[in-house]
Amino acid sequence: MNAPFPALSPALPEIFLVLCGFALLLYGVFRGDRSTRSVGYLAVLALVITARLVIGGADGRAVTFEGLYVVDSFARFMKVLVLLGSAFSILIARGYLERENMKRPEFAVLIVLATFGMLMMISANDLISLYVGLETQSLALYVVAAMRRDNAKSSEAGLKYFLLGALSSGMLLYGASLVYGFSGTTNFDGVARLLMQGNHPSVGLVAGLVFVAAGLAFKVSAVPFHMWTPDVYEGAPTPITAFFAVAPKVAAVALFVRVLVGPFGEMVGEWRQIIYFCSVASMLLGSFAAINQHNIKRLMAYSSIGHIGYALVGLAAGTEEGVRGVLIYMAIYVFMNVGAFAVILSMRQKGRMVEEIADLGGLSRRQPMLAAAMAVFMFSMAGIPPMAGFFGKLYVFLAAIQAQLYVLAVLGVLTSVVGAFYYLRIIKVMYFDQPAPAFDGPVEFEVSAVLTVTGLFTLLFFVFPSPILSAAARAAAALVAG
Amino acid sequence: MLAAVVFLPLIAAFIAGFFGRVIGDRGAQLVTTGAVGLAALLSIVLFAQVIHTPTPQTIEVLRWIDVGEFQANWELRFDALTAVMLLVVTVVSAMVHLYSIGYMAEDPAIPRFMAYLSLFTFFMLSLVTAENFVQMYFGWEGVGLASYLLINFWYQRPSANAASIKAFLVNRVGDFGFALGIMAVFSLVGSVDFNDVFQAAPELAGKTFSFLGYDCDGLTVACLLLFMGAMGKSAQLGLHTWLPDAMEGPTPVSALIHAATMVTAGVFMVARLSPVFEYAPTALAVVAFVGASTAFVAATIGLTQFDIKRVIAYSTMSQLGYMFFALGVSAYQAAIFHLMTHAFFKALLFLGAGSVIHAMHHEQDMRKMGGIWKLIPITYAMMWIGSLALAGIPIFAGFYSKDLIVDAAWASGSGVGYYAFAMGIAAAVMTAFYSWRLLIMTFHGAPRADHHTMEHVHESPWVMLVPLLVLALGAVFSGILGFHLFVGEGRAAFWGTAIKVLPGHDSIGVAEQPLPLLIEHGTLIVALIGIALAYVFYMAAPRLPAALVARCRGLHRFIYNKWYFDELYQFLFVDFAKWVGFGLWKSGDGAVIDGVGPDGVAAATRVLGQKASGLQTGYVYHYAFVMVIGIVGLVGWFYFFS
Repeated sequence: MNAPFPALSPALPEIFLVLCGFALLLYGVFRGDRSTRSVGYLAVLALVITARLVIGGADGRAVTFEGLYVVDSFARFMKVLVLLGSAFSILIARGYLERENMKRPEFAVLIVLATFGMLMMISANDLISLYVGLETQSLALYVVAAMRRDNAKSSEAGLKYFLLGALSSGMLLYGASLVYGFSGTTNFDGVARLLMQGNHPSVGLVAGLVFVAAGLAFKVSAVPFHMWTPDVYEGAPTPITAFFAVAPKVAAVALFVRVLVGPFGEMVGEWRQIIYFCSVASMLLGSFAAINQHNIKRLMAYSSIGHIGYALVGLAAGTEEGVRGVLIYMAIYVFMNVGAFAVILSMRQKGRMVEEIADLGGLSRRQPMLAAAMAVFMFSMAGIPPMAGFFGKLYVFLAAIQAQLYVLAVLGVLTSVVGAFYYLRIIKVMYFDQPAPAFDGPVEFEVSAVLTVTGLFTLLFFVFPSPILSAAARAAAALVAG
Repeated sequence: MLAAVVFLPLIAAFIAGFFGRVIGDRGAQLVTTGAVGLAALLSIVLFAQVIHTPTPQTIEVLRWIDVGEFQANWELRFDALTAVMLLVVTVVSAMVHLYSIGYMAEDPAIPRFMAYLSLFTFFMLSLVTAENFVQMYFGWEGVGLASYLLINFWYQRPSANAASIKAFLVNRVGDFGFALGIMAVFSLVGSVDFNDVFQAAPELAGKTFSFLGYDCDGLTVACLLLFMGAMGKSAQLGLHTWLPDAMEGPTPVSALIHAATMVTAGVFMVARLSPVFEYAPTALAVVAFVGASTAFVAATIGLTQFDIKRVIAYSTMSQLGYMFFALGVSAYQAAIFHLMTHAFFKALLFLGAGSVIHAMHHEQDMRKMGGIWKLIPITYAMMWIGSLALAGIPIFAGFYSKDLIVDAAWASGSGVGYYAFAMGIAAAVMTAFYSWRLLIMTFHGAPRADHHTMEHVHESPWVMLVPLLVLALGAVFSGILGFHLFVGEGRAAFWGTAIKVLPGHDSIGVAEQPLPLLIEHGTLIVALIGIALAYVFYMAAPRLPAALVARCRGLHRFIYNKWYFDELYQFLFVDFAKWVGFGLWKSGDGAVIDGVGPDGVAAATRVLGQKASGLQTGYVYHYAFVMVIGIVGLVGWFYFFS
């Protein structure tokens, strides 16, 4: 073995981030719980610098580590989203951690490490690096989910997530081994080349594809691999739920898109059926099951299942427009979800967190700005123009129609009508119902800053959509062409 | 000048309506009354012009509609017919404006009222100056709107609301016929311009068109449909029920709209369309029949009513019946002549009644009046003049026009003409009877009002009396002065081409030849009989009416309840429509559409939502099981189906 030393510069952001993670860990260990706040801010800084490094990286596609690692426009787009989501999550968590007696620096460190895993996932160009990245991420996530180990619900959530995550990892690995067995390579480019030669995919390869897809569908919580989502969302501490709802979702969707469009691009006829099914089932379940929820975190869980269903509509199209639609959808999704969770994090009565939808009653009279922000996010999630969420749905549905997936587009529109019911119900509760007891004020600085940024993004996306649209278009072109 | 007459009231209405607050009550009164008064003066000049140089002319205002084959311009048509209508409308309207200054002095919404009055005047003028059907329809609908607004002027009263809606709806029925008639004319001629239609009319006689498999005589159908419009506007039997209720409006409104002008729009329309109706003899016979029946029925109802305004309203309806049967026997000039004289004396009667009501503190029931003639002598004299004119006593205007109409009906020599003659004579007796019944009950006998009211009975201010005097002049002299021009020797020169009578149809010409003495003076004789009867019944032997009512209780009830028209319509149309609507609402919309549609879908969604969240049991092994089933299903799908 005398391989040349691999080029490190394409992976510079990841290397920087993981080193930061270790440094923060050491700092936290030495300073103890007092350092929670400073570790948090430093972690945010590290994430922002990493994002800057990602954006500043050389253009075009670069492969390194013997073909295990790839970076292209698609990866850059998704990485920035993940980093943003993580940074937002750490910011809005600060007050919660201090109040709920969870002042531990590990929180930020674990999130940094999970984010590192996500970046690796996004840049994975081989089933092996895919798995390693995925597990790096997941291990950190299992721990944060159960971080309140004195709390039964939190422990339950962590345990459920771990058990089911292990099952899904097993499926993924089994699928990977099938793929390797029937194609002779684990490298994405290798699989793509093999299929490009016009070989008819064998049954084994198809089965491998199904298993890999199932493993990834678990991570994005697409039906029927979604069952963990409501319980974990409800059980985990709220800032962690916020994190779960954003960064891992983006990373998993990125991976999903990369695996299906990249190596298995020639098998679009096969995997489209899987995605089609998952998409329809997710949209239906996401909209119908949410109707009955009165816990807002559970509601957000079903909402995220529904959103994944819509994003998968774009993936099912399998075209460049479709991928672009997915990217735009995820970008908007990050902002609306962070914003909504920032509002949920402000739901405190007499020093205790509350999570019932009824607790929002009459919010418009008590905290009109908070209510207005929530209304913006809910309108956006319901897909009502001119909020950003409308455009997210618009682009995926357009792609579906261009790919002649009319049934999918129609179902998507119908389920978003059902979805509108529960999003609008929250607005109705805030604006027309009897006031519930007031929330503790004031809203922390970090939370209101995040609310302002995400709220303005959601509200004004339609004014300046072109940066996101063109970046997404470039990213989609890079992936589909490459 | 013509354009000024038409548009002055519109400008005044605009100013008073939109800037009433700025210019105040007095300003609104001055602007509207001044504008309409000026229009009246100009109309008199125009009328004089038409006597000297009776050449019809048209003034184009603007191109209006030009779509494909359909063209309608906004043009003002001016001929003798227009000139007469202009004179009547503007003079009466000016008097009513002036009168309203006094009558409505205590009302809180004076600018609105004056604006409505002027707006109505504008619509009425654009109706009578119309050059084509569409423009006429515009004015037609406009006066309907103004009438609605004015009946409902006191919108706080539920009865006014009901009356205005009733007037509007019943008129809609007629307007629907009118609109269909216009369409029929357009489909026959291909134009809505009066000149084109009049030119084409002779060739259309006997032309048919097919409707639902029936071959109909095109001209007859068109004329009947147009007449339906006239029936609605002019309250002819069948579509008359709104007119008595319209008395809910302020009395000046009743005088202007529901006596002198708007209700005569139907008469004007048929006269204007005489070149068409002349070729549809069947339609003319229908017009005569309906008119004669209306004259009779309305007169019978008038005998029994106690509300002073309602009595006059039924008298209006009856007189309109006269005009229509005059039209029906081709005595168009006589109809327009009666229209003019009637406008003066009926406006006089209404304004006189308004003066009485004003004096009696808004009491309208004649049973609570009596014995006030010495207290309001001028009003009393005016009411006498109006009644004399209405009953058709010589010298007074009504005599000349009404007498001629009845004679013309006889002279036409047709069956329907004789029917009209009989009805006309019968109605004339009753007209005289109820007119004097009204006079005697209102002004004579012992006072029946309470002490308090009687103390405050007072003559109206001069601003109300001057219009009465002016109208009284019209009620006395318009008959004598107009006879020669309208229906006498000078009529051919005066009307020119405005009215067309086919050679064989000239009933007026025949009527002016010597007729049997009894027929020639029939109306006068029966009018005197009617007056004498009323004197006997209400002055000499006041117990007689009650005794008579007791003898013919059934008949009296039938007539007193207005021949049960309202009840019949209530049952046939209102209740039926309510029943159908209620059924469609409850079972059609509620049960089927809502039940299956919005409510059903919503309920199903809720159930589905419950089921979907029920899937979430909380057990890890369930969750794992679902995942495994999912993957098995997917693999199985590919294994078996791909």
